Amino acid sequence: MSEVRRLGVEGWVEAQLARSGSKPSPELEAKLQALPTLTMSMADLARDFPPKKQREQALLDGRELQRPALIVYDLSAAKVLRAVESPGQLEEVLVDFWFNHFNVSAEKGAARWMVTSYERDAIRPHVFGRFRDLLGATARHPAMLFYLDNWRSTRDGMPRLLRRDAQSAVANADMPGDEPDEEEDPRPGLNENYARELLELHTLGVDGGYTQQDVREVARCFTGWSIRRPRREPEFIFRRRAHDPDEKRVLGQRIASGGNLEDGEQVLDLLARHPATARHLATKLARRFVSDTPPPALVERVAKAFLDSDGDLRTVYRALFQSPEFWAHEARGAKVKTPFEFVVSALRATGAEVTVRPRLVQSLARMGEPLYRAPAPTGFPEVAAPWVNSGALVARLNFSLELVSGRLPGTRVALAQLATTPAARTAEDTVDALGHSLLGAPPSAETRATILAALSKRAEAASAEGEPGPVDVPLIAGLLLGSPEFQKQ
Amino acid sequence: MSSLLSRRHLLRSLGVSGAGLVLAPGFLGRALAASANVPARRALVTVFLRGGVDGLSLVPPVEDAAYHRARPSLALKSPGSGPDAALKLDGRFGLHPKLEPLLPLWREGRLAVLHGVGLPEPVRSHFDAQDFVESGTPGRKSTPDGWLNRALEDEETSAALRAVALQPTLPRALFGSSGALAMGRLEEFRLRGGRRGEEAASGFSALYAGAVDEALRTTGQGAFEALSRLDEERLSRLAPASTVEYPKGPLGQRLRDIARLLRGDVGVEVAATEMGGWDTHAAQGAAAGVFANRCQELAGALSAFAADLGPKLEQVTVVVLTEFGRTVRENGSRGTDHGVGSAMLVLGGGVRGGKVYGRFDSLAPEHLQDGRDVPSWTDVRAPLAEALRACRPGVDLAKVFPGFTPPPPLGLFAA
Repeated sequence: MSEVRRLGVEGWVEAQLARSGSKPSPELEAKLQALPTLTMSMADLARDFPPKKQREQALLDGRELQRPALIVYDLSAAKVLRAVESPGQLEEVLVDFWFNHFNVSAEKGAARWMVTSYERDAIRPHVFGRFRDLLGATARHPAMLFYLDNWRSTRDGMPRLLRRDAQSAVANADMPGDEPDEEEDPRPGLNENYARELLELHTLGVDGGYTQQDVREVARCFTGWSIRRPRREPEFIFRRRAHDPDEKRVLGQRIASGGNLEDGEQVLDLLARHPATARHLATKLARRFVSDTPPPALVERVAKAFLDSDGDLRTVYRALFQSPEFWAHEARGAKVKTPFEFVVSALRATGAEVTVRPRLVQSLARMGEPLYRAPAPTGFPEVAAPWVNSGALVARLNFSLELVSGRLPGTRVALAQLATTPAARTAEDTVDALGHSLLGAPPSAETRATILAALSKRAEAASAEGEPGPVDVPLIAGLLLGSPEFQKQ
Repeated sequence: MSSLLSRRHLLRSLGVSGAGLVLAPGFLGRALAASANVPARRALVTVFLRGGVDGLSLVPPVEDAAYHRARPSLALKSPGSGPDAALKLDGRFGLHPKLEPLLPLWREGRLAVLHGVGLPEPVRSHFDAQDFVESGTPGRKSTPDGWLNRALEDEETSAALRAVALQPTLPRALFGSSGALAMGRLEEFRLRGGRRGEEAASGFSALYAGAVDEALRTTGQGAFEALSRLDEERLSRLAPASTVEYPKGPLGQRLRDIARLLRGDVGVEVAATEMGGWDTHAAQGAAAGVFANRCQELAGALSAFAADLGPKLEQVTVVVLTEFGRTVRENGSRGTDHGVGSAMLVLGGGVRGGKVYGRFDSLAPEHLQDGRDVPSWTDVRAPLAEALRACRPGVDLAKVFPGFTPPPPLGLFAA
């Protein structure tokens, strides 16, 4: 916040857009370095964090290898740490947004060795770049090719197991301890999964005006976009023999025969410039940053910025952040925080010292957001309704109470520093001081009265035991973090 | 709602009331009414299989040569032709071998199958298709609430626990004005305030009663009322019958929790849960493999649920549904792509089981929709309406499924 005060709001947005603030502090750098998988390649991860059978085999050879689950844990820990401590706040929010937009789940088989690189190499470098580059990077990344099955999609009528493919299948399967895996048997044929989600989720949107025939034609264009050695050294490969060489027609546009790898690139070009894509992305961004039901005029303006700049994302964000709707009073507190936003904002507001332990990551799953494991290609919900339910709410209240009373492993909160102003002696003063530092504004009269009532009960109970006791600062802080006000963005 | 804040209520919400369970007045009143002249109701439990279940592998038309032609590696063999063969249902259909735990229910007439069921128009996006099934208004995206929630509008009450979802996020079918509650696991659903527990509970309860945001207010109130009904003491008395073993995995856990709630008579009228992993685009497998593993978990969980409930299953109806079926022909990756008609399972009280319902033709290409899919001869709303009519006599179906005129009953339920 002091940073915002120094630069002014517009200046802060510009600085964030220029990415000048994104250099992590030495402390954050050290914490991230303690998570070794973040910088590892897919091949190294597959080798050092193999499935059970191979770990057992290695144990016999005297080497102890680690569970692949640790990869996702490292990623989740880093995500929390960066969100809490990185000066490049906008970058972190955007990485989260675009990962969710182009969701892949680490739960799906070999994808667990690929998500680290996917976020690091395909998403993060492009969040301030051009949409077309971001789209292209996801389309070619093994994580996406694997998650949406495109790596095994081939032209219809391809003879089964061409010699070279057969060899590569064998080369893949003979990895020591690898279970015989049907996935390694490249039985030929078209698979529509990626093509459909590309149109529906990544670009045009479900009302973007495409047909089932378009889905098939797009799938034909992407035949041959595959992965070399998906379980050993995953790498993009174009399998010419698997590619459908004939002419295609996508959204009324002819894709000439013989284009090979370029067929897919042409489709991406076409989609990245499509007005339906601009509207779809503008709607999603406005939903994320402004309201669950964004004003149509805002969506139109952001979509226009997208089309006019040929998908330059900085220009798009600027249009969004400079809009009056973004700064409107109604936009403040209009959205319910996602579990991740809630946890991060609680850690930031309390100035918690965070080292991140498994429990913290688990608590997010309890609130309904198991990081990197959103099962469906749609990612986690963007709107409030699915997040607001009793079970998840109780999980938030428990998190609040555990955090402030020092019962959450991997966090340390110094509440005294937040509440101790010279004036904060009485319960009233403490509620005001804490309210100010946690909610960013004095609590409403109602909240204040409610918390004071709860405190007086506690004081009664304490005095009945013969100890008048000081003001219960953790209780105040817990109630504030769990309060309805703190659940809003 | 000020009664929510009473001291007794709060003590109960913490499980510290020494007196054990105190029934909330509203629930007591309803229980009495039910015993008098209101027609008996059943609880309705839905299990949504997400990803689009391949109905042709769940309940394969094993005697149709076109089925075997379309699926060289995925078709299940005819009953009696070895250990991997489908199980015999009738002269026409088999049951996936890994669904064997359900066979006793079928034989006892408590499990029925509806085939060729789906959305009235093909929708091949998971998201949209699930949305349309759950909103109960296919083709209309602006519907804010879900069919299962609207089904509860027939009664004016704010009682908690009428509608419960055992899954981390509230499903679309339960969005709406009759407060619904979602929880990942029953055990996690309690406030852990330590020595500050009582004050924290009273504080939060009051804060949420006064919340400006309506969704947060109603959710918070529902949460605290439900917490008070589910105090620990009560839950501990609801362990599953000792002989029942649920399979490992989330579905078993969730159905176990639903059974506990139902056996505990805490006022659950509808319960929803879900299971993922049915989007079998690749390496689907036949008698073994990905699909078979899912079947094993599903059948194990459902049969354990039935055994756990025992005689109480008569007062419960379970509907197992999905968003769409899958292509008749297997694809190049030994999987199947998004299709149209699928199969639905219905089991429990009132079900006229031991029969495969619904129109279902040969899978020869000329009988397929667009030459590739099992048509949805039965609109998914028809069996749901029938289940509601059986579970909640007098329910206003025009409200639950606006614009839908139910066809003549299929006869899935005894009148």
